[in-house]
Amino acid sequence: MSLPAPARDSAPAAALHVTDLTVTYNEVPALDAVDLTLDSGLICGLIGVNGSGKSTLFKTLMGLVEPQAGSIALFGMPHRQARRSGLVAYMPQAEDVDWNFPVSVNDVVAMGRYGHLGATRRLRQADHAAVGAALEKVGLESLRKRQIGELSGGQRKRAFIARSIAQEAQLLLLDEPFAGVDRSSEATMTVLLKELRDEGRSVLVSTHNLAGIPELCDTAVLLHQRVLAHGTPADVLTSENLARAFGTMGSDN
Amino acid sequence: MDILPWLTEPLQYGFLTRALLVTLAAAVVSAVLSCWLILMGWSLMGDAVSHAVLPGVALAYIVGIPFSIGAFIFGAGAVALIGAVRATTKLKPDTVIGVVFTALFAAGLAIVSSTPAQVDLMHILFGNVLGVTSSELWQVLILGAVTLAVVLFKRRDLTLLAFDRTHAHVIGLNTRFLSALLLGLLALSVVVGLQAVGIILVVAMLITPGATAFLLTRSFDHMLVLAVGITVAAAVAGVYASYYLDISTGAAVVLSQSLVFTAVYLFARPNGLLWQQRRRRIRRRRTAAAPPPPTRAASSTTAAAPLGKS
Ligand SMILES: Nc1ncnc2c1ncn2[C@@H]1O[C@H](COP(=O)(O)OP(=O)(O)OP(=O)(O)O)[C@@H](O)[C@H]1O
Ligand SMILES: [Mg+2]
Repeated sequence: MSLPAPARDSAPAAALHVTDLTVTYNEVPALDAVDLTLDSGLICGLIGVNGSGKSTLFKTLMGLVEPQAGSIALFGMPHRQARRSGLVAYMPQAEDVDWNFPVSVNDVVAMGRYGHLGATRRLRQADHAAVGAALEKVGLESLRKRQIGELSGGQRKRAFIARSIAQEAQLLLLDEPFAGVDRSSEATMTVLLKELRDEGRSVLVSTHNLAGIPELCDTAVLLHQRVLAHGTPADVLTSENLARAFGTMGSDN
Repeated sequence: MDILPWLTEPLQYGFLTRALLVTLAAAVVSAVLSCWLILMGWSLMGDAVSHAVLPGVALAYIVGIPFSIGAFIFGAGAVALIGAVRATTKLKPDTVIGVVFTALFAAGLAIVSSTPAQVDLMHILFGNVLGVTSSELWQVLILGAVTLAVVLFKRRDLTLLAFDRTHAHVIGLNTRFLSALLLGLLALSVVVGLQAVGIILVVAMLITPGATAFLLTRSFDHMLVLAVGITVAAAVAGVYASYYLDISTGAAVVLSQSLVFTAVYLFARPNGLLWQQRRRRIRRRRTAAAPPPPTRAASSTTAAAPLGKS
């Protein structure tokens, strides 16, 4: 079903290329020699039990956690360089955001432009246009003046997606974006993420909603410290694989 | 009664004009910085830095160098020490802050008490704005201008840091540098505020203005403007009150800020306490006055009675 999207000029084939990635917290392994390659222009679902290392993988990709071993290349670059080029975007989990912070929806989306701006981060005409276009794309144009906490849960997620659109990021890292989001908001976000994918962006999304994976994702990765399976959702979500990944739940602590 | 002579009378004294200028400079700088500090959750850090400068100020007086150099060295040193201990233990931030600043404050007290009377502890602790010399005035004005210029130049990055540090990191900003910058600016504004209100109360200048403005608006730019406006007004009122009522200038300035906070907390629309209660009263009266819904009799017999409850 999912033919690999044509590689963009700016982006070499692999959005993400991880080899032998090992992360341990105080001698407890969270990631153990993970090898993973994601072609660009695809949505990849990351699944695994609680504590299987999904958030750790995101943090390591962003350079927030230092790996003990292994290497990371994003679009063929070290993560630091990829971040500086504005290629990577991250959607914070709802509980990590101060919803009373005095910023408007527009301000939040404008923060996506900061990497492209001069030292004072003053927005130019083109940046305002990019912010407006991003808001329109996610359907929050009419709510742009609202304080960020005055949005519903689903609208808040879309505001942060708009921020990564304004950023023109090519790799979107979404850690459990569907947690606490109702069915219809999830459907709206699924459509939105697929539109972004069709524009050539790559998406890595962790989720506990296995039922939503075939609809949303082109590929899926089953993680449990190591990569247990990687392929199309149909290949990965077999009962045998799921038993391997989720059946071990009781024994891992 | 004519208001003009009343206003100008204190200003014929050079020391009072200097006091007013120092207080105004401190008010503006700390008001601006307080907006970021309260959003970062760094109020306690302000308290820590202000107490930790005591040994620096005492040593500066003893050695005979400008007090602001000693104060800044110890303020920045305290911040670095807190950061180092936090990075190497699993203690909670407020614990580390508490351990470090009390140690430095005690060291300061020890230094002051072991030296002859040349250092006036009361002046350091509670400010001596009426005794400010013109060289001290210049120190405050220059440091204040530098702090303000840097903060305003970097204001968008600092706001992003306070709102979403991970995003700042992911788009390639140096978040460690920005945190260090904000802490350095915090130390500078403590130095600026020290002369006006003293070590003990300078933290009020770094918290109350931002807190007051936060209650009034949901836009950061408005918050900055409101914090400065309120604080300047409170500072002027405080200096005049201290002249005419003969009370400590530092205390009068901080008290007038606290009075504004209290007024905003109680009366501001729409979120002041009194308005909240008024809305609650009206809602209750409306529910009581509303005619009973037709389904009430039927629904009260069933377990799920959404209409009967409302
Ligand atoms: N800061 C930390 N210090 C120590 N151990 C940690 C830390 N963060 C995570 N871990 C451990 O690393 C392992 C992987 O955690 P991680 O948060 O990556 O899992 P996850 O797949 O995101 O789980 P969830 O589905 O619950 O979000 C877990 O065993 C966890 O206990
Ligand atoms: Mg997680």
